[in-house]
Formats: sequence, structure tokens, C-alpha cells
Amino acid sequence: MSSERAASTRYLIRGATLPDGTGTDLVLADGRITELGSGLSSAGASVIDAAGLIALPGLVDLHTHLREPGFEQSETILTGSRAAAIGGFTSVFAMANTSPVQDTAGVVEQVLALGERAGYVTVQPIGAVTVGLAGERLAELGAMAASRARVRVFSDDGFCVSDPLLMRRALEYVKAFDGVVAQHAQEPRLTEKAQMNEGALSGELGLTGWPAVAEESIIARDVLLAEHVGSRLHVCHVSTAGSVDVIRWAKARGINVTAEATPHHLLLTEDLVVGYDARFKVNPPLRRREDVEALRAGLADGTIDIVATDHAPHPVESKDCEWDAAANGMVGLESALSVVHAAVVAGGQLDWSDIARVLSATPARIGRVNGQGQGLVVGAPAELTLYDPSASRVFDREDLAGKGVNSPYLTMTLPGRVHATFHRGYATVLDGMLRPIAEIAAHGENDRG
Amino acid sequence: MRHLLSTKDMSRDDAITLLDIAEDMADVADREVKKLPTLRGKTVVNLFFEDSTRTRISFEAAAKRLSADVINFSAKGSSVSKGESLKDTAQTLAAMGADAVVIRHPASGAPHVLAESGWIDAGIINAGDGMHEHPTQALLDAFTIRRRLHQGGARGKGLDGVTVTIVGDILHSRVARSNVWLLTTLGAHVTFVAPPTLLPMDLTGWPAEVGFDLDAAIDSGPDVVMMLRIQLERMNAAFFPNSREYSRRWGLDDERFARLAPTSIVMHPGPMNRGLEISSAAADSAGSTVREQVANGVSVRMAALYLLLSGDREDS
Ligand SMILES: [Zn+2]
Repeated sequence: MSSERAASTRYLIRGATLPDGTGTDLVLADGRITELGSGLSSAGASVIDAAGLIALPGLVDLHTHLREPGFEQSETILTGSRAAAIGGFTSVFAMANTSPVQDTAGVVEQVLALGERAGYVTVQPIGAVTVGLAGERLAELGAMAASRARVRVFSDDGFCVSDPLLMRRALEYVKAFDGVVAQHAQEPRLTEKAQMNEGALSGELGLTGWPAVAEESIIARDVLLAEHVGSRLHVCHVSTAGSVDVIRWAKARGINVTAEATPHHLLLTEDLVVGYDARFKVNPPLRRREDVEALRAGLADGTIDIVATDHAPHPVESKDCEWDAAANGMVGLESALSVVHAAVVAGGQLDWSDIARVLSATPARIGRVNGQGQGLVVGAPAELTLYDPSASRVFDREDLAGKGVNSPYLTMTLPGRVHATFHRGYATVLDGMLRPIAEIAAHGENDRG
Repeated sequence: MRHLLSTKDMSRDDAITLLDIAEDMADVADREVKKLPTLRGKTVVNLFFEDSTRTRISFEAAAKRLSADVINFSAKGSSVSKGESLKDTAQTLAAMGADAVVIRHPASGAPHVLAESGWIDAGIINAGDGMHEHPTQALLDAFTIRRRLHQGGARGKGLDGVTVTIVGDILHSRVARSNVWLLTTLGAHVTFVAPPTLLPMDLTGWPAEVGFDLDAAIDSGPDVVMMLRIQLERMNAAFFPNSREYSRRWGLDDERFARLAPTSIVMHPGPMNRGLEISSAAADSAGSTVREQVANGVSVRMAALYLLLSGDREDS
């Protein structure tokens, strides 16, 4: 790759397949998609042969843990942004459980600025619902909404807003600025010291169970609260068949609720816990085969609106230990598209248009993020990814671009590979390789003028 | 045998082999010189992250009777309590040349992690991990039942057709888990009797009958009644109302004990709460094996160490 080509911000993408299956060329110029159609030419543009590649709108992750500020040994905004880009993402929503917590305008603006400086993706901060995620009093939601970071999604993720009155107030309050409360649904008393899905296997392995009802009861309460106060609710990482039923019921009733499923809950099951390998420890835990099937069906019929990664990097020592002592969480940005491909596209439950919806348009709409999720149309911001669906690879550490290596997919064969990613019209990934940090930072600076 | 981590994956033949070797070891205990030179030069580490003097001294006696060197490494007063990781501890023991590590740990699966990690090459014996398993306890229980039933003619035999009722806190009990797999593998029929709160919520796949009524279980005439220790803290977490009610419904009191057949065996892994889950009359009766279990524990652990450390070690 010549540096000249890499620095170009004018691209002619030849012979790509759109999510609906039609073939097209695309011209990207001045940060936008300027032309679509066959037989395009563009003087001075870098030409990319996209034969056999699917062009998807840039992926948007509503649930990412970037760990900065405070936990830079696990991930930084820069390293997490690189993990996102190599996974085909052009925007990530940064969860609030940093240190200091993203519960003031100052902290969310700092996260926004670090994302801009990195330049690989749009980093959209999420604000905490309660001060310090402590679940006691509301954080300055209005100040975060009015800040330069324009926060619209509020979440105490990692913790459940379990106090019903506080949850009601948060749902009501965010209506003032079109916000949404993203709930980590976990009844705390029912999940004290919980280690894995509660069922026959947890009993056999002697691990304290995390019962499905602890998730389902909070979702049931929250959809009723959202109905009562007429607010917008988003449910993070839905993991059980019962939760899908509750959300389906709520939507049928007209309640304004959206829901996400993670790639790992769409593919993996609790049987993986048998060897006590802490890479498979995650919250909510991996569930039964029936739950995986229900999540897939829910995603296919629209009950589950989106896929979000819950990318959760941890240092090696947090997983290299006995199960009880290990941290919860898996990295997921780099593998997400391949895992979703394996889980729901390979079997025909979703097609690539559905993928564009659940991984780009809808998460961007739920999160109200500017410049994302507008699809592949002339005039839209040039946010897209080229994906090779015919590739196959044994997923290994070389495929991970962030700091965390706590991936459950290492040694698994996964389909597909991200060939290129474009953000604001410049390439963050070309030929399956991340572009250099300095090159991307320079692009970002140019954009900001 | 490469490791002894659980009884779930133990075959009937392997279990009977171990019990037969334990018979040989028990014969040694009856001799004037109780020591064998078998494991001279081998180092056995007792790595205890949880207090259990009984289990530790049982393993220590077993290793010493086989002439192994024993190192006791306990969480109390060591770097372990200062937060040193299992990995660092394992690598320390590997550097010290441990041939076998006997590990007691509050986290289920910790022995498994140690065996699979590559941090240490030693054979691993699970001496109790969280709520998961305690295989040598189940082996000594099986050994004790077999000896009671067959006396001198126990060698080579299983426990076919023997009915065993295990009573108490099944949910938190590694003893119950190791026993249900092992006793069933040996041909016994296992019944659990417990308050519903102290049973795993889903017992699909467990080879056990389940009941809530101890009186009905007693009247069905089991060959063996095994009482588990109840921890009184459980009543604070709403598993049962108080010790009086627990004892009344699920304790082996004098009246229930009197209804057992005279040949019935009464077991308890110890330490006992006399007057709570078991009455003194039952614990001290001719049918009680409580003290034999302690003695047999040494023989069974000698057999386990012998199988782990003598001859060629291979992956099993
Ligand atoms: Zn969460």
C-alpha cells in the first residue's frame, strides 16, 4: 500500500454488492458517498476492487467498554477504536463505567475528545444514570445532554438501576432531551455471587446460579414503568428466552422499548463453562441452547432490535485464575460481524439487509448519534465497511487489535473477514489491515479543521 | 492416574481398583510398622486455601505412611492470604519440585484450572473445591460401606443394589456431589432428602431420587443414611427458619434412628453438629461409621497418592 493511496480521501469502490444483493460502484469524496451506480469513474481516486465483497453501512456498536479514563491497562480509547475499526465499526458508544465514572459533562467531553483525537471511529459517550453508578441519586443527565458530547443514552451498565423509584425518575427525566435509559437488567438480590446460568449444569459444577428470572423480572418491571411514564427504554444484552417473550409482549402493547443481543449470546452456550475456562465468564452469563434459539428468532422477527458487542477487555491476569476470581466479560468488536454471520446469516435467519439494520441503522437511531447509520445512499456520510463473506479463518490473537485477549473465539473457525472500513470518507482499514495511528490522527485533525 | 479431580468421570473399574488398593493400605495400618517405602523421594504439597485440619492431617498421614516428603502450604499466614494468585502459588510449588499437589480451595473448579493450566506439572488431587466435588471423601465413604457390607471379602466388589439416603444441605455440598456420582457408578441407588431450598433447582441428569420427607425415607428402609453437616449461617439467608425446625424435620434424632433397621449404616463426613442434624445416640451407635470413616480416609488417600505417584504417569 503506497502512502499516497492511503492518504487519499477520494475512493472509487468497484463492483461491490449492496446489502440487498445488487451490484454497484461507489465513489467516496469529501467525506460523503457522492455517486452510486455501475461503470463509475473518478479521476484521482484510489480504486478498490470490491468484487465478491459486501458493502455494509458502517457498523454502530451501542455497547462498548473502552475503559479510559481509569483502566488503561485493559483498553484505551485509541486501542478500543482500532479494535472497532478492524471489526467494521465506524461508531461505538462508550459505556460509563470508567474511573472517574462518566457521570459529569467534563468526563463525557474528555471521552469524546479522546475519540476524536484517535480518529478511527466516532466515539459517542454514554452517561451514567446515577452518580458514581452507585444507584442512589441521579447524575447530571441534563448537563451531559447539553455538553459538547450530546449524550442521549444513559446507563449504569455493569450495575442494574434496581431501585424502582430511581428508575422511574430516570425514565421520566430523560424525556426532556429525547434520551433513553439503557438498562443492565439484573435483580441484584437474586444474583448475589452468581457465577453462571442457573440450571442443571450450575448445580453439577457447583457454581452459584444466575437465574433467568433475575433478568426477566427487571425487564418486566421496566417495560411497565416505561409504559406508565411514556418513556423510551432500551434493554442491554438480553440473554434469555423469557426476556424475549416479555419484550415481545411489551412491543405488542405499544411500549417504547428497544432491545439488544450480543454476538456471544447468539452463538455460545453454557456448556462451555464445563472446563472452568474463565474466557467464557460473562455477565449476563452464557445460557442454554433454547435461549440462543429464542434470541435468534427474536432478532429475526424484530423483537430484538439490534446486536451490540458488550466488548469488555480485561488484562490477562483477570482471566488467568480460578473461575470465581475471574472478571466478567469478553472482547467482541473484532469478531462481532463474523460471529453474527455464523449465528444468524449462515443459517438464513437474517440476510445482509437485516445486518445493516441491526448493526448500523437501528443502533444509530436508538442512540441518536449524528453522521451514522444513514445507509449507502448518495449524500450520506461515507461510513461503510467492505466485508468478504466467503473468507474463513481460525480466529486467533493476531485477529485482535485492542489490548484485551479475552476472546472466547480463539481457536474457533469463523466465517468472513472485514476487508476495508471507511470513516468520514477515509480508510481506517484497507486490505484487512488497520491504517497507521498517525495517518488516522492526521485525517481526524483535517476534518476538525 | 494423572490427576484425581472428580468422581463424575471415574469408571467403575478405576474406582474398584482404587478401593482394592485402599484395602491393601488398610492392612498396612494394622501392622506393627505402619510405613511403606513406596513414595520415598517424592514431594507431596498440601495446598489449603481453606481451613480443614481434618482433611489436611488425613492426607499428611497418608503421604507419610508412604514415606513421601510433605509440605503444608496453607492460606493462613502465607502469601496466599495476601492475594497471591493461584498461578503464582502453582509456579512456586513447581519450582520447589512438587510431585503431587493436594488442593483444597473455596472456588469450584480451582483444581481443574490447576491441572489444565500448564503452570505446574504435578499430579493434582482435589481435596474439596467450593460446592463442586470432594472425591476422596466419596471414595472413603464407598470404602466404608463396602467394608461394612462385605468385611474381609470386599475386594473386587461394587455396591450393587445398596440403597443410600443422603440428608441435608445438598445444594452447597461437594460431599453429596462426589458421592452421587461414585456410589451410582458402583451400583448403589441414591436418594437425596432435603428442604427444597437446599437442593439444586434443577437436578436433571443427576442419578438420584429426591424427597423432602425424612420420615418417609427412613421408613423405606435404606441400607445407608448419610447425614450432612448443616451450617447455621444458612438460616440467615432464608434457606430454613431456624435450627429447631431444621432439626425437627431433617435431623436424625433418637426416634427416627430407632426406626432404622439394626443393620442400617449411619454415616457423617464430620465435623458433626450433635443434636442438630444427628443425635448423639445415632452418632455413637453400633451402626455409626463416623470413626471408621476417619481411619478409612487415610487408607483411601494412600491409595490415591500411590496411583498418582508410583509407576508411569500418563494422561488419563
Ligand atoms: Zn451490562
